[in-house]
Amino acid sequence: MDALILEETQVKMAISVENLKFIYPGVDDTPGITVFESLDLKVAEGSFVAIVGSNGCGKSTLAKHFNAIMLPTGGKVYVHGMDSSVEENMIPIRRSTGMVFQNPDNQIVANVVEEDVAFGPENLGVASPAIRKRVDEALKQVGMYAYREHAPHLLSGGQKQRIAIAGIIAMEPKCIVLDEPTAMLDPQGRREVLQTISALNKDKGITVVLITHHMEEAALADRVVVLSKGKVALDGTPREVFSQVDLMHGMGLASPDTVELCHALNQKGFDLSLDSLNTEQCAQAIYDALTC
Amino acid sequence: MLKDITLGQYFPGKSLIHRLDPRTKLIFLVVFIVALFLCSGWVSYCVMLFTLSAAIVLSRVPLKAFFKGLKPLLFILVFTAVLNLFFTAGEKPLFTLGFITVYPEGIIRAVLMLLRIMMLVMATFLLTYTTSPIALTDGLESLLSPLKKIKLPVHELSMMMCIALRFIPTLIEETDKIMSAQKARGADFETGSLIQRVKALVPILIPLFISAFRRADELAIAMESRCYQGGDGRSKMKLLRFKGIDLYVFAFAAVMVAGVCLLKNWGL
Repeated sequence: MDALILEETQVKMAISVENLKFIYPGVDDTPGITVFESLDLKVAEGSFVAIVGSNGCGKSTLAKHFNAIMLPTGGKVYVHGMDSSVEENMIPIRRSTGMVFQNPDNQIVANVVEEDVAFGPENLGVASPAIRKRVDEALKQVGMYAYREHAPHLLSGGQKQRIAIAGIIAMEPKCIVLDEPTAMLDPQGRREVLQTISALNKDKGITVVLITHHMEEAALADRVVVLSKGKVALDGTPREVFSQVDLMHGMGLASPDTVELCHALNQKGFDLSLDSLNTEQCAQAIYDALTC
Repeated sequence: MLKDITLGQYFPGKSLIHRLDPRTKLIFLVVFIVALFLCSGWVSYCVMLFTLSAAIVLSRVPLKAFFKGLKPLLFILVFTAVLNLFFTAGEKPLFTLGFITVYPEGIIRAVLMLLRIMMLVMATFLLTYTTSPIALTDGLESLLSPLKKIKLPVHELSMMMCIALRFIPTLIEETDKIMSAQKARGADFETGSLIQRVKALVPILIPLFISAFRRADELAIAMESRCYQGGDGRSKMKLLRFKGIDLYVFAFAAVMVAGVCLLKNWGL
């Protein structure tokens, strides 16, 4: 028993949000908009966490707290143990936690792919040969090495987003926060980006926080956190969270299509479990229910 | 229509000229232009023409590109040639047409002026055709870096230039999109008087500006989250380094200027 507790406390937290309060300041006399009243959230190092929620629930605002772009009005955000409200911590936090945004066009700085990937390490003052090495490795990891001398505006959305991810990897962060990275991509680009993200988490042990409103994407994570009205409404493995179909509907969200299908069938008198997250599992579950 | 904009068009390649340090090319261009204005006679013009032709051949950039670039300047070229042809006075008139008298000196002068302007423009094209925009801004930043001492924001200026170049295609694409959207709603950009057509541009420019500001805001956040803090403490992936070949180019530039000065002394 003691050993178990010890083990639990040894798990290091990549991000630790304690009692976070955030208010968008109002202009002149108008009152500010309260996004978070008191939010607690912990993300363990090396985990893959998806944050979902309806529009305006504060997903993006929360993401910007992880990178010290926004600072809490009250409470604390610790990133790898560093308090984000301390000014000296700003650069170390941004070094340890990279951020990928929604629109790939608006985060690419240079007009040659490899120069853009080099932008981050250059800002950190890394020596020239080391930058070259990091850039080549990062581009190989996202599978864009062949395009290193291309102009970014000639690439597809998925490719551009992978360049943006490479630009973050080249800074060698311990954690990557992605704010709806697939929202502007076609299905092909979405697949490319998700494969890249999963590989980074599995192979390199980088902590991934994926903010999304696609439940199929969230199902790839180890853990899903549902935000609603500035609070954590549900938190658990994808199976645990998505099987609460009625709760999800109440928050204006939907579970993945496969779970929704089983749920709809259950209402017509079937008795299916609500934990099939992919098509094969779902088909098997329906087949089993029909044959026995 | 907007696809025709070729701002600082770059022809990728691996020729001798492409491989030169951008600073060498920038310095050589300045020296070349100065030498061009020192030229006075046939012989010195021939020296310059030979230099430029050799550089163009070495760069392996298609000659067509140079002449295509000259096209917008046709009016200025003709205007200069005509002015020099008719208004240069000499000793023996060649022929007289009404109030215009043409002298042989006028013809020579017109041709030389034409050559001077064409070479000036083509030499500049050679620089932008063989140097990538990034190398060009890096070169400029490096050459202007002594000005940092008098508080000139050299790094910031080159960063701005780099971002501007990066966003030109993005904004052109956006303009096309906005134009299509306005056309779909019945906007007319092609007919009407000049004032009407200018007025029709307002519904394009306003959304374009708003979106540009939004992009700028997002880009600034993305840059900040990648630890950008201005030029201090920044390193570079590609360091500029003068190689042996750059020294030859400098030596050649010195010889060229000396030669042109000598020729000027002898009145050639």
